[in-house]
Amino acid sequence: MLPLLVPLPPMENDWISFDVPSLMQNFWSATFDGLTFGAIYALVALGYTLVYGVLNLINFAHSEVFIVGCYAVVFTLTSLGFGPSVPRLGLTAIILNLVLALVLAMAASAATAFLLERVAYKPLRKRNAPRLVFLITAIGASFTIQYIIYLVRGPSPEVAITMFRPLAIFDVFGTIIDSQQVVIVIAAIIMMVATERFISKSRTGRGIRAVAQDPDTATLMGVNKERIIITTFVIGGVLAGAAALFYVMKIPSGVQYSGGFVLGIKAFAAAVLGGIGNVRGALLGGLLLGLIGNYGQILLGNSQWTDVVAFVVLVLVLLLRPQGILGTSLGRSKA
Amino acid sequence: MSMVDGPTPLPEAAAEQAAEDREAKSTGPGTSVTPEKRGGRGIFGSLGERWNALPRQQQWAFLIVVVVLAYMLPLINPPIITTEPGNNFALACFDMARFALIAVGLNVVVGYAGLLDLGYVAFFAVGSYCAAMLTSPDSPFLHIPYLWTIPVAMAVTMFFGVVLGVPTLRLRGDYLAIVTLGFGEIVRILATIIPAMKGQVGFQNVGHPPGTEADGTPIFSNSNGVPWYWLTLTIIIVITLLVGNLERSRVGRAWIAIREDEDAAEIMGVPTFKYKVWAFAIGAAIGGMSGALFAGQVGFVNNQKFDVTTSILFLAAVVLGGAGNKVGAIVGGALVSYIPLRFTAIAEYKYLIFGIALVLIMIFRSQGLLPARQRLLAYGRTAYNKVAKKESSAIPGGEVPPAGRSGLGKGNGKGVQA
Repeated sequence: MLPLLVPLPPMENDWISFDVPSLMQNFWSATFDGLTFGAIYALVALGYTLVYGVLNLINFAHSEVFIVGCYAVVFTLTSLGFGPSVPRLGLTAIILNLVLALVLAMAASAATAFLLERVAYKPLRKRNAPRLVFLITAIGASFTIQYIIYLVRGPSPEVAITMFRPLAIFDVFGTIIDSQQVVIVIAAIIMMVATERFISKSRTGRGIRAVAQDPDTATLMGVNKERIIITTFVIGGVLAGAAALFYVMKIPSGVQYSGGFVLGIKAFAAAVLGGIGNVRGALLGGLLLGLIGNYGQILLGNSQWTDVVAFVVLVLVLLLRPQGILGTSLGRSKA
Repeated sequence: MSMVDGPTPLPEAAAEQAAEDREAKSTGPGTSVTPEKRGGRGIFGSLGERWNALPRQQQWAFLIVVVVLAYMLPLINPPIITTEPGNNFALACFDMARFALIAVGLNVVVGYAGLLDLGYVAFFAVGSYCAAMLTSPDSPFLHIPYLWTIPVAMAVTMFFGVVLGVPTLRLRGDYLAIVTLGFGEIVRILATIIPAMKGQVGFQNVGHPPGTEADGTPIFSNSNGVPWYWLTLTIIIVITLLVGNLERSRVGRAWIAIREDEDAAEIMGVPTFKYKVWAFAIGAAIGGMSGALFAGQVGFVNNQKFDVTTSILFLAAVVLGGAGNKVGAIVGGALVSYIPLRFTAIAEYKYLIFGIALVLIMIFRSQGLLPARQRLLAYGRTAYNKVAKKESSAIPGGEVPPAGRSGLGKGNGKGVQA
């Protein structure tokens, strides 16, 4: 074992370097961009959080629910005549087209989530299968959907789509905020708030919270557990479909069979960061993770560091505060 | 450490017990003399039953024949079994052995301790990079003989296993699944963006074990799979024996207790966190070892071979073979590697096929081809039945005898019907 005792030669020093001036210079643009990404993470994170809150299950296939929505957006917009160049349409026409794409993406994602629940999870629930079985099924389902897409669409990304020309709207601290960032953040926040209201006010939302707290008692109190579970999956799917539209808007060339995977992990990290099972936590965690990832990327000088940073955040949160910033209960969220 | 007053069987387990009782009745009283007989579960279950009923000597004789045949496999190159043209059969054998070794390692994590590790390929990658960076002339590091890299790779991956396991294993199992999934991706990204790891350029001429043929060419060459296959097969046999011993030890019982019901295990005084970290680290070390072997055989390591999809193939191998059964893991690993090589027509669809297989196996036969042999609840019942029988035959109760002939390892499945 002698060779081991010899100290290793020093590593080449360039494997990691901190570019602080660059971060200082781009601080505000990184912040606004990070918030935009964060809003997308938050929408996907909600899907994880809701299902986790109700079933205590990490729905690994949620990233595929999301990517199906992305394909729906791409197909819809391509067939409506959108392409890599800026569309020559009026503002109203563009908005109408985007709303159509949004609705179809939501429908596609929700349908995927619905099918997933019926085909993969329900048989297991009926049998009262152990947790490990659920997790393996989830990852198997994710894998299956991913490779169905691969077989149909091949390995290369879809053609990039430009939805509209981003217009400068505000000028904050010398940094321009464009219409795209504004649309994404505002729309995402509206949807999150609507979801929050739905869960805390509506009858179905009360059912969701009841099942999250105690499924058996909820059933005794007349809540239709199966219907609540399927509703939860569908809500998660709808939000993932919305996230898909914004994702294609933000990263037009990112629609690829394996594209959901890394985003799924980041969204899950966001959910855990905010407190999994907590609706507001998903928003907070998403925005924070978007910011942290963007700062890290600029600080470390390579876009791929975003993923590494998100992962390190996930591990640190689990180490230091596993219940997340806002705590973990969906059931106990305010009525 | 008697388990007589074990926890009340869960409803599910009770149903299983009832099913086993029915099966036991249908097989008749004549077959239920051996305590280690387990309830038949389809074709494979009854095979296992018959296997357990054989005398020790016959079991050993049969095993020796199987092992000799396994060693001869690349030399015989049987006509129907052989891989299709374009896939060298000896190399295919090495690949099968590699997958089998990985499955044995992953089985410790998933099968015994019930922890879902979705980033196993990362440990495999770390092992490969260890071997490559310590032997390849492309690397600026200090160079050591290839065979030394195997223990080094195991130590390094074990370290990574502990670093990753300590924050996550204190929590519920789901977190481990997603953290390992992320880790699998991160290792690949780091290999791309850290210049010292050379990204896609990679490391050429990774070392190999010493020894040359008469004409001076190395025995362990990249194109000849046979010596590599034999080396890996030998390692598999050694590892399987070691893991088998672990499985029958206190550690193994702790793992299975954790798998069956973590809370109950904790309450009964099993230090669950410690044993989970052990399972994770041991699994990681075996993954690292197979990575080092792979790097040596291929002779070239870069960042292209370690995507997360491969992890899912590894998981499919364990699940297909039967989580918790080491023989099942070997069979599953070999099958997952063999099927795409034998039937090249479906090789393109292998990910889809194994993805669907994962879902279907989980829904319809979650115990896999060869079910796990040792099940704690079943063991508890065996012990209980024994005691109940003793008391009924008016022998004053003393120490509870261990179930089965030779302790826990054998005391699986159904007990003697009182």
